[in-house]
Amino acid sequence: MSGEPSVTDKFETTPDWQIVAVVMGIIYLAYIVSGFLIGFPLRGQINAIGNLTFYVAVFAMLSLALNLHWGYTGLFNIGVVAFMAIGVYTMAVLVKQPLSQDPTAQIGGLGLPIPVGMAAGVVVATVFGLIVSLPALRLRADYLAIVTIAFSEIMRFTFLETSIKTFTLFGTETGLGGGSGLVFNVPAPIDWLTSALYVRGPYLDFVGWFGTTLGIGNPKAVVDNLVYSIILVLVVVAFYWLLQRIGRSPFGRVLKAIREDEDVARALGKDTDWFKMQSFMVGCGLMGLVGVLWMYDQGAINPNNFRPRLTFYAWIALIIGGAGSNTGSVLGGAIFAALLFQGPVYAKNLVTTAVGSGSAPQTFAGAVAPLGNLDPGPFAYYVLGNINQLQIVFMGVVLIWLMHNRPEGLLGHRSEEAAAVDLTDRPVVSDGGEVDE
Amino acid sequence: MGVRDTVNRGRIVAIERPDVFLVWVLGAALVVDLLWGLATGGIAFSTLASNVWDGIMRGLVIGLAGIGLSMTYSILNFANFAHGDYITAGAFAGWSVTYLITGFGEYDLGALVLVGPKSNVTGTIIGIGVVSTPLAVLAGLLVAGAATIALALLVDRYVYRPLRDEGGITLLITSIGVAFALRYLIAFVFDSSTRTTAGTTGNPAVRLNFVDGTVRVSSHDVTLVVVSVGLMLGVHYLLQRTKLGKAMRAMADNEDLARVTGIPTERVVRSTWIIGGGLTGFAGFMLVLWKETIRFNDGWLLLLLIFAAVIMGGIGSIYGAIAGGLIIGIVASTSVIWVPSGLTEATAFLVMILVLLFRPEGIFSGRSTA
Repeated sequence: MSGEPSVTDKFETTPDWQIVAVVMGIIYLAYIVSGFLIGFPLRGQINAIGNLTFYVAVFAMLSLALNLHWGYTGLFNIGVVAFMAIGVYTMAVLVKQPLSQDPTAQIGGLGLPIPVGMAAGVVVATVFGLIVSLPALRLRADYLAIVTIAFSEIMRFTFLETSIKTFTLFGTETGLGGGSGLVFNVPAPIDWLTSALYVRGPYLDFVGWFGTTLGIGNPKAVVDNLVYSIILVLVVVAFYWLLQRIGRSPFGRVLKAIREDEDVARALGKDTDWFKMQSFMVGCGLMGLVGVLWMYDQGAINPNNFRPRLTFYAWIALIIGGAGSNTGSVLGGAIFAALLFQGPVYAKNLVTTAVGSGSAPQTFAGAVAPLGNLDPGPFAYYVLGNINQLQIVFMGVVLIWLMHNRPEGLLGHRSEEAAAVDLTDRPVVSDGGEVDE
Repeated sequence: MGVRDTVNRGRIVAIERPDVFLVWVLGAALVVDLLWGLATGGIAFSTLASNVWDGIMRGLVIGLAGIGLSMTYSILNFANFAHGDYITAGAFAGWSVTYLITGFGEYDLGALVLVGPKSNVTGTIIGIGVVSTPLAVLAGLLVAGAATIALALLVDRYVYRPLRDEGGITLLITSIGVAFALRYLIAFVFDSSTRTTAGTTGNPAVRLNFVDGTVRVSSHDVTLVVVSVGLMLGVHYLLQRTKLGKAMRAMADNEDLARVTGIPTERVVRSTWIIGGGLTGFAGFMLVLWKETIRFNDGWLLLLLIFAAVIMGGIGSIYGAIAGGLIIGIVASTSVIWVPSGLTEATAFLVMILVLLFRPEGIFSGRSTA
């Protein structure tokens, strides 16, 4: 058995960045090749790649932020979605045009500049992080879990509440929109960004050139989507850099020490509560930023976008990649987005392009009955029509499988040591010292 | 001297724990406000009584389902996030049978088995109710319990047992996976629509006079009270008078010690799932009978309230779970007096968070058995 390194050995010794690069390559190749084989139109292809990149980026960001909480500090936060919602709701209320300027809008805003709204979203999410962390950090991990998920539901109920659908803030009529949510009646992200950078003209020229070169009609939506996704990838890089910095700083070492053994960290004179609070706040601020970047692009927000399900998506991404590793978080976000989140939908699109959507039965009974006559057609169409539900079943099964077979995730076993120096790299002493292995 | 002691103790609390003091002051203010409202006629006695009755109904379901959660939480040491979906699974299994028995021969078989996924077959149309079709309801109730037991044992065998030695957080994350898979499998098979399961025809109600108005009590309310109180007494007897109950308490206390003493821990775990699962299935069926609608995420939406009840009552205590359920149910239902109706559940969660912060061991701690 020895001698030939097995596949797993090879995996264990490959540098993280190579694994990420290879996995990303495989994902994109699979999307592009399967799209071409099935004869997907070019416009749809580019759009699919844009969407894929978008979700890879947002889940990588969420996973990184969560890694700060769980991977570094050991805080079991399952209220992620609350902080996303707080971030983007803050932004919406601040940047939406006042009713005086856009009387057609149902709910007005304060009409502040967009960067101000974004920054305020992050700040308010951070402040809420502080408020939640104040009492919650005294609790056991499972109690913290229940408190944070209850907090996320409290926030969702609050956003849904009709009595604060509209209110007056600083003399301007605004509100949270209740069950009908809020619409961003401001320019879409790319429109705003290109205008703000004074590159609107050249950008539109580029879009036109892109469309005529590739022969795509109405290219703007597609190109906007792709460009925004690429910007988000840059934000992922910034997140990664920030978290690597935090992880390697003395601050990050204390966080890891807390994760390993809080009592020891406290015995060494560290104010562990304060460190945990800071870690919680930074993570919540980042989650608020993800909420802003994700939902601003959607053009509208609704309280029911922020169900606990989304929190668990972020968790699955983190667990796939491996808690404790930033590279793993990015990898987990990418794999989750590509295979579990976008994959089934993309596969469905491909199949319906290839064979048509058929006449799917209305109910499960209508799908199962023809199986008796060895006719799998209706069942297949039913599966296709209800892929959104099966997809979540599949996520659940993957999560169970991971907890059974690889609870440390793909790269989690490489979680960095709390020590600043590499403890495994001991110099071999020549005269009679122990020789490693 | 009693009064002086209390006052002194109050003063000490006020100085040493201002946060606890604040919560007490707030609670007292609400009680005063309630009494004032009743005295001046701002709040009708009958409205309050209706809210409390509604809260008791909700609390009984929560308490019944909470017993199972509390038992597994203390014996297996993890918060089972799939518990809510056990409730839904039990409800669908039971109601499938109730529909089948009531409408067999008259309606499409597939629609009956799937609990009327499209609105052409509803409980109102086929006339389900505890008075009109008592046998179908009873059969459904029993199947709901049996199916949930089978499900709980199956999931335990293949999902939780291999992880028995892992920590509570590993199991908690795994249970989230189970919850996802179960809930959306139910949605895939039974459709994700909301359906009406029972109408007023099979469910006569009386309006009882109460001070300044009436309180509506339906036959399903009464059924819920009878079934849940009966089951709670049964569990009480089982855990107090049998060796199994003693073994469970021993295991919850210290698993290693229990094993050393010769208690067959795996068998106790199985019994725990059987008792807990059965009660959970019954709770699911009764929840649907009482609220007269069924949907694939009913149990999940109830789960946080059940956690609230279990934590409030002290994890591991079945009496705590029942009492906690009643408190949470009544809090959620009576809070409409002060908060908008959309925030009643949020209020219950807030109360749970306060309990976790100020009394994480539960309000009945130290008095728990089994």
